[in-house]
Amino acid sequence: MKQIHISINGTRYQVAEHSNLAAVLMTNAIANRRSVSGEPRMAVCGMGSCGECRVTINQQAHQLACLQQCSEGMEVQCEP
Amino acid sequence: MSSAIIVGGGIVGCAVALELAQAGVQVTLIERDCLGSGATAAGMGHIVVMDEGEAQLKLTLYGQQLWQTLTAAHPQRHEYHECGTLWVATDAEEWQLVAEKAAVYRQHLIPCEILDAAALYAHEPALRAGLVGGLLVPNDSVVYPPKSAVYLWQQAEKHAAKLVYGEVRSIQANAVQLSDGRQLHADAIVIANGQRCIELLPELPIRAKRGQLVITERYPNLIKHQLVELSYIKNAHASSGDSVAFNLQPRPNGQLLIGSSRQFDRTDRQIDQQLLSTMLRKAIDYVPALADVRCLRTWTGVRAASPDGLPLIGQHPEQAGLWLNVGHEGLGITTALSSARLLADQMLHRPAALDLQPYLPRGLQQEQR
Ligand SMILES: Cc1cc2nc3c(=O)[nH]c(=O)nc-3n(C[C@H](O)[C@H](O)[C@H](O)COP(=O)(O)OP(=O)(O)OC[C@H]3O[C@@H](n4cnc5c(N)ncnc54)[C@H](O)[C@@H]3O)c2cc1C
Ligand code: FES
Repeated sequence: MKQIHISINGTRYQVAEHSNLAAVLMTNAIANRRSVSGEPRMAVCGMGSCGECRVTINQQAHQLACLQQCSEGMEVQCEP
Repeated sequence: MSSAIIVGGGIVGCAVALELAQAGVQVTLIERDCLGSGATAAGMGHIVVMDEGEAQLKLTLYGQQLWQTLTAAHPQRHEYHECGTLWVATDAEEWQLVAEKAAVYRQHLIPCEILDAAALYAHEPALRAGLVGGLLVPNDSVVYPPKSAVYLWQQAEKHAAKLVYGEVRSIQANAVQLSDGRQLHADAIVIANGQRCIELLPELPIRAKRGQLVITERYPNLIKHQLVELSYIKNAHASSGDSVAFNLQPRPNGQLLIGSSRQFDRTDRQIDQQLLSTMLRKAIDYVPALADVRCLRTWTGVRAASPDGLPLIGQHPEQAGLWLNVGHEGLGITTALSSARLLADQMLHRPAALDLQPYLPRGLQQEQR
């Protein structure tokens, strides 16, 4: 499987091309975002309906990680 | 007067309940659905001093002052947020309006600041290029109205006010009839059920003016003030037809509330997609970054409009003991507290802070009775 590089919160990660972004975040135990009261949130439904997995991808806020495949150079920003 | 029934537990009914209960009146509030569920749940909750005439300015300013007092101890219970209003001027004609508006506000000692184009962009960099300036009114604020309605009710309850769930079907002298057959009596009846007041009193000069809103995901710091177009009054208050006016609110959690639209005589809840896209196109025209935001939900709400745009606050001209507080159009959150105070002043024979004349019930249609 071809390996590519993406960046998550400024750190470089090597992942298999076309991996599901929500799965990558989950594997690395990285919270996607924060609730209004500051709790960490991760993917729940995995199919684009709950909105829990939102992250910023290439400066575009509120993209659903569970619907995204990783591609070379992708910059992902989660809410720390 | 020792007892009163209030019909409708929106922000206005809840505010009246607190005013009367505080003064020792035995209050019964009747709500058909749940507290704050009507226009109160649908609106933007912008507490704004509006200057379409002296009477409106005084009522909204008085309302704003009472809101500041109400929220001072626990602003978060209302999601109170003093973001200010920034009135945006797109051309020379609107720039002229900035000066006129500033003069009126200053005459009433309302703080405001005229912004030239450079200052405008320093305050709100997300606005599109080519605008000429604006007027910043820093004391305007926003609340989350259903929360405030419940808060007002909870305070009233501490003064022994009672809540009855039921639908009022008809009004008699000193009594109301509920749809389940119950009849409740009191010395005074207050009609505060928003646009549906005409179902109980068809003679009232109230028309429905429907609005649609859109709420987005959180985009903190995209904008800081509630942004409103300077021609808002002109565009929003045409006397017929559908209209849109740019009105964009930053919620304290970073969400954006996008308005506004007006449609006469419609009370259905169906989204008018065409009007919605006109409204959104206008918003994107002012703030281009909106083209890329994710919208979460859209809904409709119904304003209760009187012919002159001012609410009816006072005794029904033909029925002693029957009191009205209706017709707040798009300002009923701002004017809930001031109108409730002015109504209670009349009911309790107290001196009022404002000249009551412009707000007294008027324009009722005799022939329908
Ligand atoms: C889209 C939109 C945006 C707005 N934005 C703003 C804003 O930014 N700032 C502002 O100040 N105002 C705004 N408004 C206006 C404001 O929301 C209303 O003026 C205000 O909520 C009116 O409150 P109310 O209590 O009179 O009516 P409602 O909130 O409609 O309350 C009436 C209550 O009476 C109950 N009821 C009705 N009939 C009966 C019956 N027969 N028996 C028992 N109960 C009954 C209903 O269930 C409801 O709870 C907006 C309105 C809309 C629609
Ligand atoms: S996990 Fe539910 S939308 Fe992505």
